[in-house]
Amino acid sequence: MNGISVRTATLLALAVIILLAPVLFPSSFYYRVGALIFINGLAAMGLVVLVGYAGQVSLGHAGFSGIGAYACALGPVHLGLPPLVCVALGAAVSGLLAFLVGRPILRLKAHYLAVATLGLGILIYMVINNEGWLTGGPDGMTVPSLGVRSLLKGYGIKVTSSEMWYWISGVVLLAGAFVALNLHNSPAGRALRSLHDSEVAASTIGIDVARMKLTAFVISAVYASVAGSQVALMNRFVTPDVAGFMHSVELLTMTVLGGAASVLGAVVGATILTALPQVLTVFEDFEHVLLGLIMMLVMIFLREGLVPSLARRMRRSAP
Amino acid sequence: MRLTNLSRAMTLTLGAAVAALALPAQADIKIGSSLAQTGPASFLGDPEAKTLKMLVEELNANGGVNGEMIELVMYDDGADANKARTFATRMVEDDEVVAVVGGSSTGATMAMIPVFEEAGIPFISLAGAVVIIDPVRKWVFKTPHTDRMACGKIYEDMNKRGISKIGIIGGTGGFGKSMHGQCVDVAPDYGIEIVAQETYGPKDADMTPQLTKIAGAEGLQAVLNPGFGQGPAIVTRNYAQLGIDVPLYQSHGVASKSFIDLAGDAAEGVRLPASALLVADKLPDSDPQKSVVVGYRDAYMAATGDSVSTFGGHAYDGFKMVIAAIERAGSSDPAAIRDEIEKTTGFIGTAGEVNMSADDHLGLDLTAFRMLEVKNGEWTLVE
Repeated sequence: MNGISVRTATLLALAVIILLAPVLFPSSFYYRVGALIFINGLAAMGLVVLVGYAGQVSLGHAGFSGIGAYACALGPVHLGLPPLVCVALGAAVSGLLAFLVGRPILRLKAHYLAVATLGLGILIYMVINNEGWLTGGPDGMTVPSLGVRSLLKGYGIKVTSSEMWYWISGVVLLAGAFVALNLHNSPAGRALRSLHDSEVAASTIGIDVARMKLTAFVISAVYASVAGSQVALMNRFVTPDVAGFMHSVELLTMTVLGGAASVLGAVVGATILTALPQVLTVFEDFEHVLLGLIMMLVMIFLREGLVPSLARRMRRSAP
Repeated sequence: MRLTNLSRAMTLTLGAAVAALALPAQADIKIGSSLAQTGPASFLGDPEAKTLKMLVEELNANGGVNGEMIELVMYDDGADANKARTFATRMVEDDEVVAVVGGSSTGATMAMIPVFEEAGIPFISLAGAVVIIDPVRKWVFKTPHTDRMACGKIYEDMNKRGISKIGIIGGTGGFGKSMHGQCVDVAPDYGIEIVAQETYGPKDADMTPQLTKIAGAEGLQAVLNPGFGQGPAIVTRNYAQLGIDVPLYQSHGVASKSFIDLAGDAAEGVRLPASALLVADKLPDSDPQKSVVVGYRDAYMAATGDSVSTFGGHAYDGFKMVIAAIERAGSSDPAAIRDEIEKTTGFIGTAGEVNMSADDHLGLDLTAFRMLEVKNGEWTLVE
């Protein structure tokens, strides 16, 4: 087994889970939860690059999800673009915005950076919320269909929307994991990780700190944007919540809960924060208390996040 | 070993989640509901949820409907469209409900609609906007009056008082914005000319500049303030401070006792359209709605200890209509229930008399609104 790298192992594990999980699904509702997990997992994976690799914090990443989502809502209506092009457009706009804004704000460190990204996220939310003539305001707007299902129907294949999105988001997640894992092992990834430990040390060995931070910020923005586009296309409806502050916090929590530097951790974190509220509905009024309690317990007893902590324990106990 | 360790950790987590998800129990007639019990729209979802719980208990205690018990499947979407959509899928695919009452906000409602349309489940929304039922969707109904109707009611009253030139000061929150647009839209139908328009943000603490500008408009005969929350109370106070002497109209969005408390003496003479529920005691005994609204109000106060709101009333109307439809259909087949909901006629709810048809899935007319005026710190009916 030693011949298999973490990269191949992670990708294989993900692929197996995506392929086999449907065996356990009693109804197509579970496909929907699965799809949401994969989509949230993708956004969290972007944050793994930023938070886990580069050690920078962002409290405004839902803003980029908002851009991706509204690109898919507005592009077809106002520019007549096909939905798939809009996903790319959203990613490009998010990346460009991250690039332009990242240059000045990534000079900030720790709390100051967190507050600056928070401001950015809230600004994007406010624009979406207030420019009702363009975005439909707080009531949201309808998103055109991707057209895959009607295409499949033409070939006599009938799938529910949840099933189709389970597979689409699963493939996108795998692609995202592939890129993030490759980055981890590349020179750029090593440079990023050196920032995490000490920016001063990194710059003394000749790493362009500002540029590396910016790269991580742009990559994570693109991940969040693609995730946002998928939510919009899957739901066929968007509201400004997708760009809201709470969503930013959720994404960051997923990343940290699963293990900030672990690609698989992002998926585990997304699984917990997406599936657990669905499970906890049986407790009705205590739902939020229990969710908070579970998160606190994980952070107290598994400080590095679920995946790294558990992996370490299993390695230790393995013969 | 890494591969097995990692995948073991992963499958354990996922497996536990999936196992815990699979909990549904088979039971009688299931009615679903996804409401904003928490979050920014909880002022809508909370009374709606309490009303539904109360009604289901009451119904089951009296032997259910057609001899079968009702099970209420209720989720809290926090007014988040994405969550609402997930719960909609869950209600349809997993809980297998036969009808849905709920969707506190317009965003959540619009996100859920495609799920119910595809599955063929009748859905009665409790949200305000007119887009929910216009254009008419086969499976979608709603109980609250629309903003457009509130505008109509206000303009009707203005016509009676010989007012034709008005100014509008609108809030920029979802409610205010939507109603502002509708009021501008229907104004020509009532021969109303809008001579000034201003807006204010949901958190603004002073609207004097906007009001001063409106007061300066030539020929101004009244001012209308579509808005929600504390904004309209501030507008009312500023209005009195500036000594503007033309009538001020507020919207049904602030039709609660707390508006009068917030605005104080400045609220004297302010008029607004509202549902009969707010003035239950003041309705004449001959009013067909009297027994319904008094009955609901007393039951709600006894069950929860809270004072009644129009929002809970919307849930009351929706639930009663679904139950009546199940009773008439004699079955719990979703398609049969839908057909019967569409045939609802002469139903007296808290919002008014409902007469649905194939091209009207709201079924209310302007008589559903009562015009109220604040007199001596109390709501009074304007006749």
